[in-house]
Amino acid sequence: MRISQLFKIALFSVWSNKIRSFLTMLGIIIGISSVIILVGMGKGTEKEISDQISSLGTNLITVSLTKTATIDAADLKELKSKPGIKAISPQISSSNINVKAGTKSSTTTLEASNSSYSEVKSYTVSSGRFITDSDVDNRYNVLVIGTETANNIFGTENVVGETMYVSGIQFKVIGVLKSAGTSTTGSSDDKIILPISTAQRILKTSKISTYYVEAKSQADIDTAMSYLKIFLNKKYGLRNLATSTTTDADYRVLSQTSLLTTATSTTKSMSNMLSGVGAISLLVGGIGIMNIMLVSVIERTKEIGTRKAIGAKRRAILAQFLIEASIVSGIGGILGVLCGYGGAYISKIFFATSIVISGNTVIGAFIFSVLVGLIFGIYPANKASKLNPIEALRFE
Amino acid sequence: MSELSNKDYLIKITNVEKVYNMGNNTFKAIENVNLTISRGEYVAIVGPSGAGKSTLMNIIGCLDNATCGEYFLDGEDTNCSDNDLAEIRNKKIGFVFQNYNLISKLSILDNVSLPLLYLGYTNKAAKEKAKSQLEKVGLGTHIKHKPTELSGGQMQRVAIARALVTNPQIILADEPTGALDSKSGSEVLKMLEDLNNEGNTIVIITHDRDIASHAKRMITVKDGHITSDEMTVKKVIA
Repeated sequence: MRISQLFKIALFSVWSNKIRSFLTMLGIIIGISSVIILVGMGKGTEKEISDQISSLGTNLITVSLTKTATIDAADLKELKSKPGIKAISPQISSSNINVKAGTKSSTTTLEASNSSYSEVKSYTVSSGRFITDSDVDNRYNVLVIGTETANNIFGTENVVGETMYVSGIQFKVIGVLKSAGTSTTGSSDDKIILPISTAQRILKTSKISTYYVEAKSQADIDTAMSYLKIFLNKKYGLRNLATSTTTDADYRVLSQTSLLTTATSTTKSMSNMLSGVGAISLLVGGIGIMNIMLVSVIERTKEIGTRKAIGAKRRAILAQFLIEASIVSGIGGILGVLCGYGGAYISKIFFATSIVISGNTVIGAFIFSVLVGLIFGIYPANKASKLNPIEALRFE
Repeated sequence: MSELSNKDYLIKITNVEKVYNMGNNTFKAIENVNLTISRGEYVAIVGPSGAGKSTLMNIIGCLDNATCGEYFLDGEDTNCSDNDLAEIRNKKIGFVFQNYNLISKLSILDNVSLPLLYLGYTNKAAKEKAKSQLEKVGLGTHIKHKPTELSGGQMQRVAIARALVTNPQIILADEPTGALDSKSGSEVLKMLEDLNNEGNTIVIITHDRDIASHAKRMITVKDGHITSDEMTVKKVIA
């Protein structure tokens, strides 16, 4: 018997038991669609995080000081002269800062730094100017505002030169940041940027624990990091010279690349875990197929007996049932892929989840579903093919 | 036994015995059966239930192998694997069963095409041949019907068409009228008789001597043995 004829017979059999076939498929549909959605979510998160990190600039190195360590102005100057280092910005940040203009008020995030900050963090102003060295030196009450914050309290983005209040202190807006959009960690546009000296006074803190260092190029990151570590170790009498670890008791030096690697490996393992969950549901679906196929073999014993009596060989019966099982699971796979796309689309619209569905996932899921049908079809198909024609014909 | 003598007969059964194992006991369904059937014969195998005629039919029909003894069909030894037996059934034997054994979900055209598909025909060729076979049994207008939409007599005619479609060496009919009323029963018997007159070899298995008397030769089986083998006296209908 030709394979196309076997396909026709199997398709016919699937079609003539529509409801049962659909219920059997359901396990595979749920399995495949959950694999697609879950893997898509994992990939989406992975992409979002890596996008976010690389948008900060891949040349960026973060130095976090813990305990008592400090870096003063002279240190900054010295560090800046080290090879590989292009710019250094100290940073203070604080959330839930009260801002007010006219009658409207809001809370926002405060970041404070020096003139290099815009370059280091890839900030650009859409109007006005960024903080300058003279703003920092003179502790001017000026600030650069994010578009969302501006809209919140002024109702417009055209606010350069306007006056506003930060924690009750009067400030002048000197620039508006270019909109950077929304990410998982919230809006990047809801913030104000102050000269670091002014912020230290408002927040009543002199401690600066975060420094952003921009390497001259991506290739210089390692050099810059080594110099930073050597400098810090020398200054505070620490060991840890030139070791590659980025963690130490007194300070941490992290590059965006290492951050990216950590984040990616975290989300990757999350992706794997999620696909594992999906695979389990596929397994359950496969067992469902086996179950129904076994019932179907018993139900069709007489048909199998007839086919054998009129000349069907073992492999023709085996192929018929195997093809039937893989058609059920294959169609289930296709429907599952469609449901996966639908589910991804819905969660994108309603929950703003970013889901990335790759062609590989889709093809992989489909092939896997057909394989599930084939594997779980082997036992029932083999059982059918081994039926004794005499007993099968006598079966009632 | 020379090869030539095996080929002389369509069916040559020598000292065949079939033993079933039932738990610790063994049961001899047939024993020491010797039988030859030539091409073009119309033979009835008759006997009460439990006499072993079904076992004999299963062996003649290549549905089962004998425990010992020899069975040559069309000069071919049938002591072979399940798959080879399936091929022999496909090519050389046409079955007509008491309960028709049509596949209820397939149209009667598809039912009749099925043996041809197993023989390797294309869909188109199989359907054409099946259609003309159905026309011959008078069901050419019903080809799209499902078996369940037909009467018993019609279903048995479909089964006969299915048995004939591969041009088999032998038509094996197991109680072909058992489920039919007397009118359709005699129609089916008439059809078998016509087929025999056209040169087909027919073996009919029945418990009913009246039906068996339609055949030209009657073999009686009792307690696993052939007890008589005689030519029937042709009734002359006035």
